[in-house]
Amino acid sequence: MTVTSARTEPHPRLLEVAGLGRVFGARPAVANVSFSLRGGECLALFGPNGAGKTTLLRVLAGLLKPSAGTARLSGILLPGGAPARSRVGLISHQTMLYEALSARENVAFAAGLHRIRDPRRVDAALERMSMLDRAETPIRSLSRGMQQRVSIARAMVHSPQLVLADEPYNGLDDSGARALTSLLRELRAAGTTVIVVTHNLAEGLALATHAAVMKAGTLVRFDEKPSLDIVTYSDIYRKAVASDV
Amino acid sequence: MSETLAAAWLIARKDLSIEFRTKTAFFSAVTFALLGLVIFYYAWDPTAVAAIDLAPGVLWIIFTFSGLLGLNRSFGVEAADRAIDGLLASPISRESIFLGKALANLVFIGAVQLIAIPALAIFYNLPLGPVALPLLAIAFLAAIGLVAVGTLFSAMAVNTRLAELLLPMLALPFFVPIVMAAAQATSRLLSGRPVAEAGAWIKLLLAFDLVFVVACALAYPFTVED
Repeated sequence: MTVTSARTEPHPRLLEVAGLGRVFGARPAVANVSFSLRGGECLALFGPNGAGKTTLLRVLAGLLKPSAGTARLSGILLPGGAPARSRVGLISHQTMLYEALSARENVAFAAGLHRIRDPRRVDAALERMSMLDRAETPIRSLSRGMQQRVSIARAMVHSPQLVLADEPYNGLDDSGARALTSLLRELRAAGTTVIVVTHNLAEGLALATHAAVMKAGTLVRFDEKPSLDIVTYSDIYRKAVASDV
Repeated sequence: MSETLAAAWLIARKDLSIEFRTKTAFFSAVTFALLGLVIFYYAWDPTAVAAIDLAPGVLWIIFTFSGLLGLNRSFGVEAADRAIDGLLASPISRESIFLGKALANLVFIGAVQLIAIPALAIFYNLPLGPVALPLLAIAFLAAIGLVAVGTLFSAMAVNTRLAELLLPMLALPFFVPIVMAAAQATSRLLSGRPVAEAGAWIKLLLAFDLVFVVACALAYPFTVED
């Protein structure tokens, strides 16, 4: 299924995925996925467990090589090496943090990997997730939700052009979820492209300009959100997941 | 190149900070090294074997196995909560991850050596004074080889369910030439022979270091690329 964002916006196409596939052994985890997104657009990606959503994000993050097709980020063919990876921020349901280090040390380490030496950028990232007052606390002493906030600050510290968020709301309380939604909205407004994987249709649609359903490795739906509301989309999702497509 | 080294230093500093806070691997390794010395000491019959003949073997056996404790942990800290994904998704080179990990492991093994070598001298009543510097140089050269091989295999073993068993099985055969050369050179020094007499073994150590550091740094990216 090939779908392209039809909206004409000032932002150029940031992400172009064409016929993308990834197999593990003989099992296809992602097959023939195609779509494109412009700067400032947000794709909410839904689908049942094992649909291939995380694998797709890992390919786009440069952590996995595609087995078929291509993905281009700002024209760079993925996996693309350092120039592509410097443009991506990855949020996962696993925090990717070091539990013996403090929140500030974790974010500063991530900033250092992106050659950001300004400590104000680290503090700003923590502040955005309301974690500046716990900056010196070791990760192991923080609650799961607070760890997730630090993980989001870690992923955002280098101001990525593409944010890949794999179930980012996992473990967040209401306040953390609101901070994340607000952050993702700000990022979108600033021209950042976001792909968010979630099982919560309302959360996903609240942010998205586009919504897609993935099943058995393929995109079975790809819609522009203005044509959707939560009730309609719930029906669409149920039918898409239940169908034999 | 400078970017690779800067990233490697950042990773090494992070690993050492974690080890400095937790001290789990370091204390385990030092305890293992000292226990090893004690066990060998009480199993030793000084009337049958001279201390100078026994000590080099004891020293390099305890370094090899205590070093494995630290090497096991090297990529273990990255496996928890998939911190390795954060490294791999960042714009640094794969080689810098290897070099950073290897540098932290080198400091770790060096710290264990700094405690174990004087302990060996006390237990076996060895006059280390005159040979202390060349002995430290040999220990350093051998540690480079052990760390290069061990870091690579630690990266390979970490994602398996039997990582702690697999690492020694993979690494020990490659450790043999390094430990053999280091033990022979140590033996020459402790016997009071001139340093030049250990020269051939030191050259062998240098050659192994060069080959293993380059080969392992080049091989490492293949262990993480999927």
